[in-house]
Amino acid sequence: MSTCKGKFNSIETMGLVDGPGIRIVFFMQGCPLRCIFCHNPETWDKNAYTFELTKEEVLAKIQRYQNYFGKDGGVTFSGGEPLLQKEFLKEVLKLCKENNINTCIDTCGYATDYEEILKYTDIVLMDIKAYTKEDYQKITGNHNIDLSIKFLDTCLKLNKRVWIRQVIVPGINDNKEYILGLKEFLKPYSNIEKTELLPYHNLSISKYQKLNIPYPLKDTPNMDINKCKDLEKLLK
Amino acid sequence: MQEWKNFKGEKWKNNIDVKDFILNNYTLYTGDESFLEDSTDKTKNVWHICEKLKQEELKKGVLDIDVDHVSGINNFDPGYIDKENEVIVGLQTDAPMKRMINPYGGIRMVRSSLEAYGYTWNKEVEKHFTTYRKTHNDGVFDAYTTDIKLARHAGLLTGLPDAYGRGRIIGDYRRIALYGIDYLIEKKEQDKIDNEKEILDEYNIRLREEISMQIKALKEIKAMAQSYGFDISKPAKNAKEAVQWLYFGYLAAIKENNGAAMSLGRTSTFLDIYIERDLQEGLITETEAQELIDQFIIKLRIAEHLRTPEYNELFAGDPTWVTESIGGMTENGQPLVTKNSFRYLHTLTNLGPAPEPNMTVLWSPDLPENFKKYCAKMSIETDAIQYENDELMRPIHGCDYAIACCVSAMTVGKQMQFFGARCNLAKALLYTINGGIDEKKEELIVKDFKPLTDEVLDYDKVIKQYDKMLDQVAKTYVDAMNIIHYMHDKYAYEAGQMALHDTDPEKLMAFGIAGLSVAVDSLSAIKYAKVSPIRNEKGIAIDFKIEGDFPKYGNDDDRVDQIAVDLVNKFITKLRSHPLYKKAIHTLSILTITSNVVYGKKTGTTPDGRIGGTPFAPGANPMHGRDTSGALASLNSVAKIPYTNTCEDGISNTFSITPNALGHTKDEQINNLVSLLDGYFKQKAHHLNVNVLNRELLEDAKEHPEKYPTLTIRVSGYAVLFNRLSKEQQEEVIARTFHEHM
Repeated sequence: MSTCKGKFNSIETMGLVDGPGIRIVFFMQGCPLRCIFCHNPETWDKNAYTFELTKEEVLAKIQRYQNYFGKDGGVTFSGGEPLLQKEFLKEVLKLCKENNINTCIDTCGYATDYEEILKYTDIVLMDIKAYTKEDYQKITGNHNIDLSIKFLDTCLKLNKRVWIRQVIVPGINDNKEYILGLKEFLKPYSNIEKTELLPYHNLSISKYQKLNIPYPLKDTPNMDINKCKDLEKLLK
Repeated sequence: MQEWKNFKGEKWKNNIDVKDFILNNYTLYTGDESFLEDSTDKTKNVWHICEKLKQEELKKGVLDIDVDHVSGINNFDPGYIDKENEVIVGLQTDAPMKRMINPYGGIRMVRSSLEAYGYTWNKEVEKHFTTYRKTHNDGVFDAYTTDIKLARHAGLLTGLPDAYGRGRIIGDYRRIALYGIDYLIEKKEQDKIDNEKEILDEYNIRLREEISMQIKALKEIKAMAQSYGFDISKPAKNAKEAVQWLYFGYLAAIKENNGAAMSLGRTSTFLDIYIERDLQEGLITETEAQELIDQFIIKLRIAEHLRTPEYNELFAGDPTWVTESIGGMTENGQPLVTKNSFRYLHTLTNLGPAPEPNMTVLWSPDLPENFKKYCAKMSIETDAIQYENDELMRPIHGCDYAIACCVSAMTVGKQMQFFGARCNLAKALLYTINGGIDEKKEELIVKDFKPLTDEVLDYDKVIKQYDKMLDQVAKTYVDAMNIIHYMHDKYAYEAGQMALHDTDPEKLMAFGIAGLSVAVDSLSAIKYAKVSPIRNEKGIAIDFKIEGDFPKYGNDDDRVDQIAVDLVNKFITKLRSHPLYKKAIHTLSILTITSNVVYGKKTGTTPDGRIGGTPFAPGANPMHGRDTSGALASLNSVAKIPYTNTCEDGISNTFSITPNALGHTKDEQINNLVSLLDGYFKQKAHHLNVNVLNRELLEDAKEHPEKYPTLTIRVSGYAVLFNRLSKEQQEEVIARTFHEHM
């Protein structure tokens, strides 16, 4: 038995929009990126976790909700960035698969050495920040897109099921050109099952205030939900 | 017999056995809703008139009151909404939504309702009930003990049916359609002769009198139907007659009685057999079948009783609980879903959302997928459906049970219930601390207790004294119930409904708990945090200082959830130690309807930190905002409250979720809701009200009621038009936990 423990920020026992079906979502602590639209800034600092759990404890929690999973649901490890806790993530995913639980990771792909993790992952939610080097840098706080693209390539190579998620922010990427460009960029990845556009909202502004972090998009309005839906149609 | 042409099976032909008839003849439907038809012009015309009347009524409080007659199966001339377009006929009085006076429960209620709406009772009629005869209410107060009166006065026991009809009885209205009235009379006469062999003790003498009253009632039902031009002495010979005959049975019940809950039973699959036979023979079309059901449902939607404004404070929105149980499985594991299960739910589309009839789906994970999805879709669109666990109830009641009111299961025609309101366990906990003195009234309510004087409350001491307190409360509660039902039988016997039961059916006496989550969180606070009472100059704890955190019910945390389980087990055990009137069986519910607001108002600050006067959570719900670990954790906590052998009168949970949290697309939302219901009921939970809506919508509806004339929401065991709630109740509904997605 591994003594390694996972560091977590919180748990949502009923995630209905983080992967297929009803899922229990573990928000893991720590993230390498500093995205301007991030709505979970409390998960950035890897030392600021609220609790730790062993993989067995995680499994026991998941099993309390197994009756609700139906044929599609299961567990999602989100964050923060779950791939920051590679060793633990690998162990816990393996344990889930041994117990017939559908597994999902919600990641930005900004990591290395994840092949074994993907082995125990049924579905990948890939939070794509941007598809060009410049945009990616601008959005993520000066990080390089190459790692994320390599991650996507690896998922294709392993033929992993992938759902793409793209946050749409007014004035940044809420235009036809961007969406059509995204569509073009994703075309070669035949393993992508669907692409969801998530409208940006400023509901997390109070979290930033509490953490004393300046809010990066303070002059940006919420993304219009219907406009976002219209943009999503361009992807079809 | 011509009426029974093509019907299979033998047992039901030789004795009254509706269940056997259904099992032998129903047609399982596993398809989807695409066969359903729109409402006809006739239906639209009739419903349009009713909608206009409803609007007028909302302004005036009541549309009209018949002050010259009193309730009774055949005391009113026939009435119509729009005779030419009505396919199913029959009204409670001689005009739609004209309310009748039912003085048998008590005349105080009659007087104050008349006064509230500006009507004067016909003096001659009134005299009968003031000068010549006694009411149920008079009888009850002749027998009430000092302890009962005190408990009632302080709000330790509230909502007791001691001044109006008790309701919660479901006649097997299907029997009239299947057998005709004459056969039912014949069987009752035989039962009376058979009873002669028994020792004629008080029990049997009363039974003989009751059978005689039932026979008289059956004759009155026949005469009432005759006044509408129908001879119901023989069985119904087609679908239209079956619906009409069945409705006459229900109509008789609501002409005779004004019980809080006057439920319909389980009629959709029964009626489907007749509809299916007519469809097979080409006698009707699907459109005509839907028309029958739409028109039947219209009648159920306009059933009403005369209530006082205070009554409305307890049970908001003028509910009648015409509960219809849909779906479920047979004992052999086959779904009881038919096309008619869909047609009933489809009325929510054809006629628009409405609180009545109280559509109740008996859920099993083994129901057809298409039916489950259709239910979920209708829930998302209308918020008008409640779900109850067939897997828990079927083993106890067999496969032909129905729900009365919100969550009370009984085998149709074979069991009846003595309704018993509820006891405030949060208040009882305060009495434990305060030595039986009421924290609001500062009066001694429960004698022979010393207050706990410790500076910091000691869990073991509190539990020990609470245990003794509950012994005393259980005794008072049982005494009250025995007196109430003795007197109700004596002065306001439901002869018409009981005539549609087997003679001497099994009786369930339904006790109830209010304030469960408050009592449980308070005990958890005392156990896991440091709770110091702040006492006033009379030594009464009026506030509590809480140091440290404590686990709260609603987070799937056994440390506190187990306290809830122990408490309900303890309370039913105490109730069971007292024998009941008519050898009834003790049952227990965790259900408050909307009375959680009034209960909260009457209860002081509690050790969980709840400020005095704040509404309780409804039913078995966790306290508002304390279930912070996500919706499934909240559901799992409630699912731990044991149904079988403990809370067999039901455990109500009301669940609100925003559409966005349920899924991105409609299909996802439907599939997720189905998985949620499957999961919750696999956890052995009993009941779930589902609301899919945004808090902002309710806030807007509170400010601009005119924009939302049909906004229907599930509260606790029933649905209600949001506009009909008081401002206080609206605020409480808005304050409830909404499971949302950030």
